[in-house]
Amino acid sequence: MEDERVFSDICGGRLALQRRHYSPSCREFCLSCPRLSLRSLTAVTCSVWLAAYALFTLFENSVILSAAIFITLLGLLGYLHFVKIDQETLLIIDSLGIQLTSSYASGKESTTFIEMGKVKDIIINEAIYMDPLEPHGISQVVPVFQNAKPRLDCLIEVYRSCQEILAHRKATSTSP
Amino acid sequence: MVLKVFFPTCCTSAESGLLVGRWVPEQSSAVVLAVVHFPFIPIQVKELLARVQQAGRVGLAVLGTWCHCRLQEPEEGLGRFLEGLGAIFTHEPWLQLCRERGGSVWSCKALGWPMSPGAPSPAPVMLIFYDQRHVLLSQLHTPATLPDPQAGDAPPSVGGLAAVFDTVARSELLFRSDRFHEGPVQLSHWQSEGIEASILVELAKQASGPTCLMLSFLLSLLSAVGACRLFRLWPLPFICSKLSTCEQARHRLGHLTFLFSPRKAESPVQLMRKVNVFFSLLLDVALGLALLAWLRAENCIGQLADALVPVADCVAEELQHLLQWLMGAPAGLKMNRALDQVLGRFFLYHIHLWISYIHLMSPFVEGILWHVGLSACLGLTVALSLLSDIIALLTFHIYCFYVYGARLYCLKIHGLSSLWRLFRGKKWNVLRQRVDSCSYDLDQLFIGTLLFTILVFLLPTIALYYLVFTLLRLLVVAVQGSLHLLIDLINSLPLYSVGLRLCRPYRLAAGVKFRVLDHEAGKPLRLLMQMPPEQALSPS
Repeated sequence: MEDERVFSDICGGRLALQRRHYSPSCREFCLSCPRLSLRSLTAVTCSVWLAAYALFTLFENSVILSAAIFITLLGLLGYLHFVKIDQETLLIIDSLGIQLTSSYASGKESTTFIEMGKVKDIIINEAIYMDPLEPHGISQVVPVFQNAKPRLDCLIEVYRSCQEILAHRKATSTSP
Repeated sequence: MVLKVFFPTCCTSAESGLLVGRWVPEQSSAVVLAVVHFPFIPIQVKELLARVQQAGRVGLAVLGTWCHCRLQEPEEGLGRFLEGLGAIFTHEPWLQLCRERGGSVWSCKALGWPMSPGAPSPAPVMLIFYDQRHVLLSQLHTPATLPDPQAGDAPPSVGGLAAVFDTVARSELLFRSDRFHEGPVQLSHWQSEGIEASILVELAKQASGPTCLMLSFLLSLLSAVGACRLFRLWPLPFICSKLSTCEQARHRLGHLTFLFSPRKAESPVQLMRKVNVFFSLLLDVALGLALLAWLRAENCIGQLADALVPVADCVAEELQHLLQWLMGAPAGLKMNRALDQVLGRFFLYHIHLWISYIHLMSPFVEGILWHVGLSACLGLTVALSLLSDIIALLTFHIYCFYVYGARLYCLKIHGLSSLWRLFRGKKWNVLRQRVDSCSYDLDQLFIGTLLFTILVFLLPTIALYYLVFTLLRLLVVAVQGSLHLLIDLINSLPLYSVGLRLCRPYRLAAGVKFRVLDHEAGKPLRLLMQMPPEQALSPS
C-alpha cells in the first residue's frame, strides 16, 4: 500500500512524502527534497566563468580558463556526490530496528541502522539540552530528516505511524 | 511478536530438505545455517549437529522443512512426507518454508507459534535473506560480534543482530563438508560447491610456525646485543638519542619483534595491525631496493660525492658573504661597529675551521656515501633517516651559530630586564618569585644605569644576528622535518586496510542495511540484509 502527499519544508520548498505500508510491522517513509534547480546551476556557472574571463583579460594566460573548466566540473561532481541529498528514507521494521537512509544526487547511499533494543522512543522535540550526566540512560539523540527539514505537519504524520508500530511492539512484548 | 527467519541466499535454489540452524528465543528469530537433503538417516543428522554443537558451543537443531517446487503445482506426496518429518525431529516452533510456482512465491508457516495462547493467529513471519559468506568474513570490524574464544562453557549472551553473526561464526564446522565430500549427510550452504581455501595461505600457515620461532630468536639476540652495558657509557646514549637513524632502527626492530612473536594474534584488530606492519616493511624494503638500483644505474653516488665538497664550499662562501653584509650596514641599519666586527670575525673564523674539516674529509666522502646507499637495503626509511642525519651533520655550523646567537640574545634580554627593574627601583625576589621594591645605593644605581644604556644601544646588533641565524636554522629544520614526515608516512600507512577497502569491502563492514524485496499481500515480508562498507568520506 502506497500513497504520496505534498508538504513544504522550513524554507518553503516542496517536499513529497511517500508512505509505503508493507505489513502491519513494517513501514517506510520517503521524503524527496527539491531537485537541483537549473537557475542556480546557471547562475553559479556564469559567475565562475565571468571571474575566470576577467582574470584572463588581466593576465593573458589561457591556463586560467582550463582551470575554470576543471573547477566547475569537479565542483559540480563533488556537490552532487557529497552535498546534494535527493531523498531521505525512514524504514521502521518492528522487532528489528529503524533504518535511516540518505541518497545523494549521484546515487550514493548512506545508511544508519539502529536496533530496536537500543531505541527508547521516537519523539518530536523542539529543543534539546544535553545534560553532562546521562538522563535516564539515554546516550544518544539521533535526529531524522536533517537535510529535508520538513515542517511540523509532515513530522506529525510520520510520528503517528511510528508510534502505532512502537505501541504494537510494546503490547506484544509485554504479553506473556 | 513477529517471527524472524534468517535464511541464507545460497540456499534459495537448493533442493527440498530439512532446515538446520539455531533458534534464538529472546529475539524470536530462527537463524537457518544449512539445508539437509534427502536421503538422510535421522540418527546421523543428529550426530552431526551434536558434533558441531560441541565444537562451536552453539545450540543447533533441526528447525523445519524446506520445500522447493520447480513445477507449477506442488507435489502432494512430498507435502505429506515433510509433515511426517515433524514427528521425528521435534522443535517448537516448527517452520515450513516453501518456494513454489517457478520461484516467485514464498510461503512460510510456523507451527507451534506464537507460544502464548492469547495472541492472535496466524502470527506474522518475516523472512530475512543474508549472505553467509559476507556475514562470516565481516566479523573483522563489527565490534559487537567478535566471538570470544576465551569464553567459558556458557558463551555470553549477545543481543540482537550480533546473535546472528555469532551463530554463523561459531558454526564453521558445519560448513566444512562440501558436495564432493562422501559423507552420510548432504548439506547445502555457502561452501557446498567446494571449500574455499588458498594453497598459498595454507603453505604460509604451515611455514609460519618455525620461521617465526627462528626469527624471534635472532631478534632477541640482536636486542640483547643492543642492550648490553657497553652502549650505556656516556656519551653514546646521548649521541644515539640525537641521531634519527638509531631511532628509526629501534622502531623497526620493535615492529619486527611484534610481527614475528610466536604468540598468535588475540583479536582480528591485532591481526590487522600485524599484517599492516608486514606490508609497510615490505613496501619500505621494495622502495629501498628500487632506490639502490637507481643509484647504481645512474652512478649517482659518484656524481654526488664529486658534487658534495664544492656544494659545502659554496654554502660556506654564501655564509661568509652574509656575514660581510651584516658587518657592513645591513638593510640600511646602523650597527655598533666594534661589536659587529667582533661577532663577525668570530663567526668567520668558525666558517674557516669548518671548510678545513670538510676538505680533510673529502677523500672519505665517496666511501661514506656508498655505505649510506647500501643501507637502503634495510629500507627506504633508514636511508632517509641517514640522509637527515647527514644534513644535520653538514649544517652543524649553522646550528652552532644559532646557539651562539640565541645565547647572546638571551643573556642580553635577561640583563636588560633586570637593569630595567633596577632603573625603576625594583628587584626580582627569588624567594617569593615576584617583583619587589628595593632601595639601591647611589653607586649601584649609577653603574646599573650605565650598563642599561650600553645594553640598550647594543640591542639592535645582537637582535639582527639572532634573527638571521634563527631563520637559517629554521630552514634546515624545515628540510629535516619534511624528511621525517615522509619517514613517518611510510612507517604508519595502513596498506592492508586500504587494500581491503578497495578489493573486499565487506570485510570492513560497519553495519547492516536492510532492503525490502517485492512484497505481496498475504505473503510473509521478505527483506535482504546487506553489509555496506564503512563510509570513509561521507560528511555526517
